[in-house]
Amino acid sequence: MTMWFAGFAVLLVKMALVLGVALTGAAYLVLVERKLLGRMQLRYGPNRVGPFGLLQPLADGVKMILKEDLVPQGADRFLFMMVPAVLPLTTLLAFAVVPFGTELTIMGQQVPMVITDLDVGVLFVLSLSSVGVYSLALGGWASNSKYSLLGAVRGVGQMISYELPLGLSLVPVIMLAGSMSLVDIVNAQADMPFIVYQPVAYVLFVLSALVEVKRTPFDLAEAENELQAGFHMEYSGMRFALFFLGEYLNMIFLGAFAALLFLGGWHGPVLPPFAWLLIKTAIMPILLIWIRASLPRLRPDQMMRLCWVWLAPLALLNILATGAVMLLKG
Amino acid sequence: MSLTQALFYLLAGVITLSTGMAVTRKQPVHAVVYLVVSFFATAVLFALLGAPLVAVLQIMIPAGAVMVLFLFIIILLGREAPKPRDDSAMRWALPGILAIITVAAGLMLIASPQHQTIPLAMAKASARELGTYLYRHYWPAVEGISVLFFVALAGAMFLVREFKPKPDAQNEEPKP
Repeated sequence: MTMWFAGFAVLLVKMALVLGVALTGAAYLVLVERKLLGRMQLRYGPNRVGPFGLLQPLADGVKMILKEDLVPQGADRFLFMMVPAVLPLTTLLAFAVVPFGTELTIMGQQVPMVITDLDVGVLFVLSLSSVGVYSLALGGWASNSKYSLLGAVRGVGQMISYELPLGLSLVPVIMLAGSMSLVDIVNAQADMPFIVYQPVAYVLFVLSALVEVKRTPFDLAEAENELQAGFHMEYSGMRFALFFLGEYLNMIFLGAFAALLFLGGWHGPVLPPFAWLLIKTAIMPILLIWIRASLPRLRPDQMMRLCWVWLAPLALLNILATGAVMLLKG
Repeated sequence: MSLTQALFYLLAGVITLSTGMAVTRKQPVHAVVYLVVSFFATAVLFALLGAPLVAVLQIMIPAGAVMVLFLFIIILLGREAPKPRDDSAMRWALPGILAIITVAAGLMLIASPQHQTIPLAMAKASARELGTYLYRHYWPAVEGISVLFFVALAGAMFLVREFKPKPDAQNEEPKP
């Protein structure tokens, strides 16, 4: 019984750690984005709150909590109020299968550095990302606004389309590792990260991930010029902040996912495993911010054509090629 | 009652309640939301019964893909409430009879003595075992379903082609 309680306590500590790191990371990613965008547009970015603007996320949080929480007339009240929680919830759940280091030995007990090492980890993540679509669809519908509805319809179409290349781009990695557990996949990359064998899959993954988080050049669901803010237009205060939080958490999560699947996870010289994972995780969000600063928005039909005519067949061919090479090499 | 059993009955209750709510809602979007809740509870039930792969697939395909498409269609159709229909006895007769048959069958299953001796134990089938079993014993069915999907894909592409307006018809001006 004591062992059971000790295990439970360790689990709670791990969950608190992951929650703390992910939420703090999301808050500071907003600051990093504003700073980087500022520099790329030849301005300073936020630098008034605290030294170098480091307390800006705190000030933003206070502002969001103090703002009035509006529910528009004719909105579906219950759904409207519940739905913003879905996106951060699904993303935080996905962090449960992210391993952030090798096993630690604490007081003679092996403690794996992951909340739960599911043997269907990759599928678990994909299923959660497909559930995240509900926040957008229901949020846009419940707002009772045509702009929200149009944004939701666009966003749903884009997200369910790009789930296909996203999922298919991961199949070669699973084939190479011979497992869907994220711990096994990272262990399979001890000698060589999978990006060396699967550069095409990595590019497909990054492009699909860019669409999944709905950021420029694929932010059609919230296109400011024609839809004001799209599916979250009617939301204010903390409920808007939840959508925002979900987006930034998702960026960090996809960074971590890419690091685990393609970049070798926590493997690396000199630095401790956790530091390597953090560095590799940061690559994706910074890439996404850079792309946002550089590229204009696509048209919906261009985006759909990119998915169905180029990315999905390319992902299928990649699986076929990987299978053929694996068969020939034995 | 073990923890597994308690969770099982809790989940069964959630599934029954949410599916019942889904059937009786007037607003289609609410029905979809209840059905998604029901699918989620079913997924947790699968995980509880030792089939994590089926659980994840349950979330991914019915809850994550099929219901999103339902929602997509309902949203596109607009949000007018459907016209109230007359509550005649005949409308409820057939579903009522079917529900009574199901409940009776379930009660008989619970009441049968040999079922009571099977305890709900923790077991787990890994994804690899399930896949191997599926492809070793049911590969014709799997291949048949994949052919079916391919036909559906071809059908969808055909439908999309049909909706393209002809270039001549578009530019033709109405005669005075």
